Amino acid sequence: MSSPPKVRRGMAWVYDRLGGSNFTKTALKKVFPDHWSFMIGEVALYCLVVLILTGVYLTFFFVPGSEEVVYHGDYAPLEGVKMSAAYASTLDISFGVRAGLVMRQMHHWAALVFIAALVVHLCRVFFTGAFRRPREINWMVGVTLLLLSIANGFFGYSLLDDLLSGTGVRVGYSIALSIPVFGEWLAFLFFGGEFPAVHFISRFFVLHVLLLPALIVGLLTAHLAILWRQKHTQFRGPGRSEDNIVGSRLWPTYALKSVGLFFIVTAILAGLGGLAQINPVWLYGPYDPAQAAASTAGSQPDWYVGWLDGALRIMPGWEIRAFGFTVANPFFPGALLPGLTFVAMYAWPFLERRFTKDRASHNLLDRPRDAPNRTALGAAALAFYLVLFFAGGNDILSNIFRIAPEKVTNLFRIMVIAGPIGTFFVTRSACRGLARSGAHPTEGPVGSRIRRTPRGGYEEVGDTI
Amino acid sequence: MTKDQKNTEETQDQPADGNEDQAPRVRMAERRIATSFTLATLAALGLAGVYVSGGQAQAEGALLFVSLGGVGVGLVLWGRHLLGDEEVTDQRKEMEASEEEREEVGEAIDSDAGLGRRRFLGRLLGAAAAALGLAALFPIRSLGPSPGDRLRRTAWRSGARLLDQDGRLVRADTVTLGGIVTVFPEGHEESADSQAVLVRVEAERMHPRPGRETWAPEGNVAYSKICTHVGCPVGVYQASTHELVCPCHQSTFDVLDGARPKFGPATRSLPQLPLAVDHEGFLVAQGDFDEPVGPGYWSR
Repeated sequence: MSSPPKVRRGMAWVYDRLGGSNFTKTALKKVFPDHWSFMIGEVALYCLVVLILTGVYLTFFFVPGSEEVVYHGDYAPLEGVKMSAAYASTLDISFGVRAGLVMRQMHHWAALVFIAALVVHLCRVFFTGAFRRPREINWMVGVTLLLLSIANGFFGYSLLDDLLSGTGVRVGYSIALSIPVFGEWLAFLFFGGEFPAVHFISRFFVLHVLLLPALIVGLLTAHLAILWRQKHTQFRGPGRSEDNIVGSRLWPTYALKSVGLFFIVTAILAGLGGLAQINPVWLYGPYDPAQAAASTAGSQPDWYVGWLDGALRIMPGWEIRAFGFTVANPFFPGALLPGLTFVAMYAWPFLERRFTKDRASHNLLDRPRDAPNRTALGAAALAFYLVLFFAGGNDILSNIFRIAPEKVTNLFRIMVIAGPIGTFFVTRSACRGLARSGAHPTEGPVGSRIRRTPRGGYEEVGDTI
Repeated sequence: MTKDQKNTEETQDQPADGNEDQAPRVRMAERRIATSFTLATLAALGLAGVYVSGGQAQAEGALLFVSLGGVGVGLVLWGRHLLGDEEVTDQRKEMEASEEEREEVGEAIDSDAGLGRRRFLGRLLGAAAAALGLAALFPIRSLGPSPGDRLRRTAWRSGARLLDQDGRLVRADTVTLGGIVTVFPEGHEESADSQAVLVRVEAERMHPRPGRETWAPEGNVAYSKICTHVGCPVGVYQASTHELVCPCHQSTFDVLDGARPKFGPATRSLPQLPLAVDHEGFLVAQGDFDEPVGPGYWSR
């Protein structure tokens, strides 16, 4: 199948002016490994595309203002209620703008799936050792992308100025305030004064739609460029070595499948956006700190900050007071914990190198069992954050199981220590067992039974030994 | 059997089987791809119809799902079944620079040694750059006011009457035993840091702290409504146990014992508002809260 002459002429027109025919050739022939786990990063990329497309659409209607307006719109229950311009325009997007609700809900769902895909992608890279030399730089770029994405999700969630998000902003302000030495100044400068400051919506808006997206897109470009230059890692297998890469070419097979994946991801987000209600802010009502008597019970943030909320909830009532100064309680779970979390992630490739003394370049991936200590540590970390995540719902769990909230909280305080320790040892012994037996946890033993035929050939008898 | 073994087997099988055996599979794939694209087209047209006729969120979502999904599934099937899925091997390029290349880069940087020789000018340039950097930080100061004593004060003053959320003045008998009302200082109903909860308890069951004996006339006791943990409204009152509970993170405060934290992450009591009854029988404040309200901070 040859390409139509028009396409060739068009391409020649560009090459005559810019060159680059060689690059195009190598690009189209570039080899990508075929493994399902490599698709997760792509899913994140495509979620980001959906986020940008739906987000741009939303900015055409959203008013990032905290000035008070009286609502007159299509949502009757809030008719005549005083609210911020931001909240009122969110109601208009949801009820007045045709297809506005689908766009808004797609945007929210895309954000949830985006960060989920980032986390799973990070796990893939971690548990297979893909971060090792020469890929430490891209690991750190990736960790930064996760950090910026979580921050941007929080800012976006906070823009709507509904009762729930306002409570979230309140918590964010208090955490900033609790930072030792310069916390008061930090909170006052970032929010523009004592909570509830008037400027924060317009500030968060600029951060959410301009500054952080520009950083995210820039770093993502670097992430992909570095990936392109270093080529993918690959799992061990026949014909695969540290010096080669086995897979399918970018054009046409891989490109077609990948574009197909983009459409499928977008389709799922559109289906969720239309059929699965998310963040129905009209039910929460506008945020008004002076009137916030309405119960905020049972309120949960978006999933990717759930671990922080859980940490705030199960932190014992301790703080440090000495020499007339206070290191307030929320600093430890709200600022120190996420700070240490990201420092640990940035430092991991170098920490591991120090422990294993492995300074070689790696293009072949580990299976998780090949590095029992790393895998066990990663699993323990996941257990830790998972316990914190569920602790963020301690009031709901207490209601469901009819256990006193104090007991639920105390249980989580034990589990957050015991869970990771138990997970570490269970995972490590599982890894060692698997490495010894050579079995695959889901696919059964490797190999097949063969029989020699009378004519001297071999035929397969069964799939498993 | 691993995937690679399968692939080599297939490629070995192909010459023997010929194309006749593959033709039905290809036709089947073509049919499925055609169906996907047709569905996508129909759904997209349907979407236009829904949009023109006024829009409906669920229908829009479902039709978008079918339309985008049809294109996606069609493309993936195309890539998988109609294009050669042969595995190819490519060599990696050496990333690391040789000793020689590193040396050359170093020489290229040093090529104009004059830069290194003008030490004094270099230092002046450094000083200018540092001063400029410092000057660039000043606009940050414009982002917000100085904290000053803003975190220490609220709008409560001696003699300020208590208003409930509906703007009504509160008398000593307005709140019934076991009841709770959110109150603001009269004239400052928008003051977020002044919000307080007024609870009515049996006066004789209170254990007032030293110096606070007169702060709760007729069992009317008022505490700051801003949780000392991270500032959520402490809006839930369990009258049977005399506990104020913050719904955000479940900090629990004992109303009878100066709102001392009994459970949860909060470490400090809710500041108490000193109350009195004026000559008209309305509840008034004796002054501001006795300590900063809300979450803790460094210089608290």
